[in-house]
Amino acid sequence: MEFPDDLKYTKEHEWVKVLGDGLVAIGITDFAQDQLGDIVYLELPEEGETVEQGEPFGVVESVKAVSDIYAAVSGTVAEINDPLTETPENLNEDCYEEGWLIKVRLSNPKELDRLLTHAQYQAFIKEQEA
Amino acid sequence: MTKRTPLYEEHVKLGAKMVPFAGYEMPVQYTGVIDEHNAVRQSAGLFDVSHMGEFEFLGPHALPFLDYLTANDVVKLTDGQAQYSLLLNEQGGVVDDILVYRINENHFLMVVNAANIEKDFKWVHKNQPTQAKVEVNNISDHVCLLALQGPRALEILKPLFDEPMESVKPFHFVVGALAGEENCIVARTGYTGEDGVEIFCKSPNAPAVWQALLREGKEKGLKPAGLGARDTLRLEARLSLYGHEITDETNPLEAGLGWVVKMAKGNFIGKQALEKIKARGLQRRLVGFKMAEPGIAREGAVVLNGDKQPVGKVTSGSFSPTLNQAIGLAYLPAAMSEIGTKFSIDIRAKGKLAEVVATPFYKRKTN
Repeated sequence: MEFPDDLKYTKEHEWVKVLGDGLVAIGITDFAQDQLGDIVYLELPEEGETVEQGEPFGVVESVKAVSDIYAAVSGTVAEINDPLTETPENLNEDCYEEGWLIKVRLSNPKELDRLLTHAQYQAFIKEQEA
Repeated sequence: MTKRTPLYEEHVKLGAKMVPFAGYEMPVQYTGVIDEHNAVRQSAGLFDVSHMGEFEFLGPHALPFLDYLTANDVVKLTDGQAQYSLLLNEQGGVVDDILVYRINENHFLMVVNAANIEKDFKWVHKNQPTQAKVEVNNISDHVCLLALQGPRALEILKPLFDEPMESVKPFHFVVGALAGEENCIVARTGYTGEDGVEIFCKSPNAPAVWQALLREGKEKGLKPAGLGARDTLRLEARLSLYGHEITDETNPLEAGLGWVVKMAKGNFIGKQALEKIKARGLQRRLVGFKMAEPGIAREGAVVLNGDKQPVGKVTSGSFSPTLNQAIGLAYLPAAMSEIGTKFSIDIRAKGKLAEVVATPFYKRKTN
């Protein structure tokens, strides 16, 4: 399983990539896509909607299960990965590059400090698997 | 404590994701549900279904006892024939859906659902007349059940089995040596909507049979398949799953299983109740539906009428890999059960449109 070291993570298995200019991309981790299995449906918010750290902003469904996606940070949805909603199975192939879900303009950049570092997330995954 | 089937080590070796199911640790998937599903539709899949229970009925009164106990006509069976049937309770509810195999007139085999093994065994004993010359044994722990399913299943089986399976009709079985293991029962039955066989073998022989089939089938596209694919395959074929479409509280008529119940035969448990239900008319019916909007209606999702009042429930719902769309089964009021009827289903507090469609969702092409 892969966890890029330039990302921040949450215990709900989302990743955050800081893009600069107060903008971040959010997605789900390799662990999340593996747990879900074949992903077949994705529900994302509209551009301009606000999301709040820790609150669900979307839904990802596999053949077998449905799961909420939680906002890793608060802010306004600046962009959604629209093509991905047509080909949600690509999330199983590439959850970090092609598989970003939304871009958020941060309303409180300090929230980034509350996220897990790469090392912390890896330790958390080890706990989960034990 | 969850139990393991004798094939547990094989699943782990193949990298299966193991989950608890009906008291057993079972493989839910190996490579992925869709991949395994497609393998069964296009080539073949091999399933471990050893969690299923097996009872043997022995003695001169096995036949009349089974005829009283089950809703289908056991008397019609000939040696080497199997039958889908139901155990009903006195209210006409479904205790379990089962398969009955006639080995000979004094020897029958009943296959029951894993979650119901203890309940069914108690039910059988409770209803066994004291003077009846019949012995019923729960042999579940000694028997392994494998399902080899798909258009290439018989071709894969052929070099390993000493009986000509292609001349065995659907719902018939033969006993023979499979991969050198004697006394395997091979039945032309299944739960996927495809051609194929189900194989009963003694537990210690199961790993050898499993490995031989996988080896033989490798070049022909055979893949091990888990419970995830088994569920999507059976749903596309509109086969009921106990605890979902049928329960102690549902009757077979509303579940669309009226064809299993032979009202014209002699007395059987549940017959009187079903006569009353029939005379009164059905309140609700199990229907197949397709989602007309994005989203998947899962089991338990509530069906809403035009006034947004709850009028029914989804019993199974999933993404259909063959149709590439969300499908499901639901109980709807009889008046709403006609094909083409549009209705909405509450999915995460939003009413999503669905439509009643003809079932099965998938039917294989026969030559």
